[in-house]
Amino acid sequence: MEHLRSVNDLVIRFANVNGTGSASANNMFAKAVFRMGIPVSPKNIFPSNIQGLPTWYEVRINEKGYLGRREGVDVMVCVNPQSLPRDVASVKKGGYFIYDNTKRLHPEYIREDIHYIGVPMTGLTMQHYNEPRQRQLFKNVIYVGALSALLDIEMEVLHGIIADQFRGKEKLIAPNLKALDLGYQHAKNNYACPLEVRLERRDHVKDCILIDGNTACGLGAVYGGATVAPWYPITPSTSLVDAFEKYARKFRIDPETKKKRYAVIQAEDELAAMGMVIGAAWNGARAFTATSGPGVSLMSEFLGLAYFAEIPVVLVNVQRGGPSTGMPTRTQQPDILSSAYASHGDTRHVLLFPSNPKECFEHTAMALDLANRLQTPVIVMSDLDLGMNDHMSPPLSWDDSRKYDMGKVLSADDLEQIEQFGRYLDVDGDGITYRTLPGTHPTKGAFFTRGTSKDEYARYTEAGDAYVRNVDRLLKKFKTSAKLVPPPELYQKKNHSKHGVIFFGTTTYAALEALDLLKEQGLEMDALRLAAYPFNEAVSEFIDEHEKVFVIEQNRDGQMRTLLINELEVFPKKLIPVLNYDGMPITADRIEQLILQSFPEEKMEVHVQNGMN
Amino acid sequence: MTYIKPKFRHPELPKNDLGYVKSDYEGAISTLCAGCGHDSISAAIVQSCFELSIEPHRLAKLSGIGCSSKTPTYFLSNSHGFNSVHGRMPSIATGANMANRDLIYLGVSGDGDSASIGMGQFVHAIRKNVNMVYIVMNNGCYGLTKGQNSATTDLGGFSKAGGLNHYPAIDLVSLAIEMGATFVGRSFSGDKNQLVPMIKAAIAHQGFALLDVVSPCVTFNNKAESTKSYDYVRAHLEATSTIDYVPEKEEITVSYEAGMSALVEMHDGSVIQLHKLAPNWDPRDRFSAVRRLQKAQANGEVLTGLLYIDPESKDMHELEQTVDVPLNSLREAELCPGSSVLERVNAEFR
Repeated sequence: MEHLRSVNDLVIRFANVNGTGSASANNMFAKAVFRMGIPVSPKNIFPSNIQGLPTWYEVRINEKGYLGRREGVDVMVCVNPQSLPRDVASVKKGGYFIYDNTKRLHPEYIREDIHYIGVPMTGLTMQHYNEPRQRQLFKNVIYVGALSALLDIEMEVLHGIIADQFRGKEKLIAPNLKALDLGYQHAKNNYACPLEVRLERRDHVKDCILIDGNTACGLGAVYGGATVAPWYPITPSTSLVDAFEKYARKFRIDPETKKKRYAVIQAEDELAAMGMVIGAAWNGARAFTATSGPGVSLMSEFLGLAYFAEIPVVLVNVQRGGPSTGMPTRTQQPDILSSAYASHGDTRHVLLFPSNPKECFEHTAMALDLANRLQTPVIVMSDLDLGMNDHMSPPLSWDDSRKYDMGKVLSADDLEQIEQFGRYLDVDGDGITYRTLPGTHPTKGAFFTRGTSKDEYARYTEAGDAYVRNVDRLLKKFKTSAKLVPPPELYQKKNHSKHGVIFFGTTTYAALEALDLLKEQGLEMDALRLAAYPFNEAVSEFIDEHEKVFVIEQNRDGQMRTLLINELEVFPKKLIPVLNYDGMPITADRIEQLILQSFPEEKMEVHVQNGMN
Repeated sequence: MTYIKPKFRHPELPKNDLGYVKSDYEGAISTLCAGCGHDSISAAIVQSCFELSIEPHRLAKLSGIGCSSKTPTYFLSNSHGFNSVHGRMPSIATGANMANRDLIYLGVSGDGDSASIGMGQFVHAIRKNVNMVYIVMNNGCYGLTKGQNSATTDLGGFSKAGGLNHYPAIDLVSLAIEMGATFVGRSFSGDKNQLVPMIKAAIAHQGFALLDVVSPCVTFNNKAESTKSYDYVRAHLEATSTIDYVPEKEEITVSYEAGMSALVEMHDGSVIQLHKLAPNWDPRDRFSAVRRLQKAQANGEVLTGLLYIDPESKDMHELEQTVDVPLNSLREAELCPGSSVLERVNAEFR
């Protein structure tokens, strides 16, 4: 029988039951690979459920550093009888199926083209542990132990992780080590270890960290100076505010009074969460909230108020599959348009598109500055994959000389110098006007903030010309913001191909890998990664300089493509959508296939070339 | 109708402790209908702030949408104001309060704004005990959209645009007491003697202070049979007590008959003096308040006065254990943990 063979290049999938403590064992596995210096990309594929339903953890290990998802499972660790038929079927020909053989596998699940490795996980726990909960938990550690023998994971690395994990709870270390050893010995004594699919220490991780985007965003909010964080629970954004609170509790307690230099407020709904952000930001605090698609819908009325009344609010949208409740535990990039144009009337909002945890950190901190500078909502567009899965990322960094930008806020002294304060008077010609905070000056600078139309002095008016002056200035301000948001990343010094690709966010991993795959086939393309909306000039230049531009994104309707067409007045046929929207992160193979479909002739040439070789 | 407010002020107008005259607390000319109850409430707010010598810029006024929510334009023009979104003022006030605990927050709303579209935010602001005064100008109808029924319209009431109302009225004070509100009062726009001290006490209260003020809509809901009309309220007004608000520095000199008065000491040392108390009535007792309200409702009375107060009230900042200084005053040194800490955080993820 065929054997898959590879060193540091595999996809391993764990099939578990939700709520059985498998996550920590699976994390231990991924971290061990990472600590062996090998790039790793784990993904949780979980149900909208707390206990009992199937859940998977898929880890791609790739020493070239490709971190996108890849189709096909080389090694399956199946601990869940519920999903067994599916799990058996998903293993690649020549791959390995590791299962609990305490009970014999039904013959209908025996495939001739894969290898079966039985580890009596339940049997071993029954034999060695007394408490039912322990039996359930250590079953997971046993398979990690077995994998350590089968894939050649360094045992000291696993020991180190357990020591870190149970620091302060040392008595839990010994039973964990025992479970590791039980699995290890069983594999060692019954199978030829390691398998032909295996790992080997490398030095490819360097100073990178393995962290999820939500934690990085939460840290970004702490570092960016957010003090008021109202929120409402919604997957997949909940862990973002949790992370903010965790680190704020660590780093933001007044040493003398032990009181908090922050407030995390669980609101009654997303409307109220956004209302509280608006109130706090209006009053001069740096405030933010996090939500997902349904929350953005609920916040839309308020986002319009913040746009029109010019309040610096920050929102992190951790996108998930829509519409409606959609696929609440699966990933997509489906809120590009609903975020860019959220609310009724003519509105446009600044969007940032982080593509890895380091950028999650930076964009969240930057959003707090940008929102205050621009006095408008800034939305950080993360997604479930980025937010909830661990990603290998460059370390987070902070420049200690950095000052928080509070934007154009007048002090009492400033007000003394001004003859007449006009809240909406465009003094600098950039569309950004000066504001005052409540409580600044006893007799000067007070004004009425409102969602209704007003003149330059914040006086209510229904005069058409004043309204037009105001909304035109808002448009001017939006143009100014294009110069302040992060520029796109270009992957070539000079464009050299006829065709280009555009991508953003978590699509980046798979897109970069696809570019390499296409290059191997003789199709070299220029690439641009969007980092923000509004688009700056580099984006329109890139599109102008190419014949065809593929826009790769993870939604059905090609929303970023629509936004590009609408904002840059591009000929629609020039932008070719490359889409994935099944709720799983897009793969390089899919991108490659879809792009090749657009080049029937080139594809033929490539085939001919391959045939000649 | 007057369009311009004269700027002339008599040099001998009385001044408060800060040297301000009452007109320093006024706002633009009202554009509400002549005789609107809301304008009387605005005047009572002006009077209260003047008498309490509040620095106008130390107060922020917030509102939702509707006739009532327009009023912040008509008082305290030296205070920052925020006329927000229909029914959503409570969340904005909550956020504002979290950002700066040092200001006084005065929220103005109406029965449509609070009892219908904003009911969720209203009760949650109560539950969180946001330190603010929350005035509902309650006229039992939607004025700005021309007289539809509201959630506080009388059952069986008949409005100009809404027709016959089949649904029971929501009683905001009972609801607030039920929700755990720490200061609940009801008054009448036409009773300034009662309303002014109640506004002052509400400002002194450390926590959410609800004032449900019956405020007749002269255009759409002022027929004598409406419980929100001038005639009805005057005929059926039943005060639980009369109330004096005594700032800390003033000595209390008047004494009342035993059993007929109560002193409630406030968080800041000031005192609410209740006298001519209704029998079997203790405004510090939630049960007695609920009982009395239900009785009044059964009798068709409009029960006014301070209905419930918890002098031990802990506001949201106290519950959340936030620092004593306003969060909006904190800067990099207090907020940013710095790069060396970040290095340690990075290490946790390796």
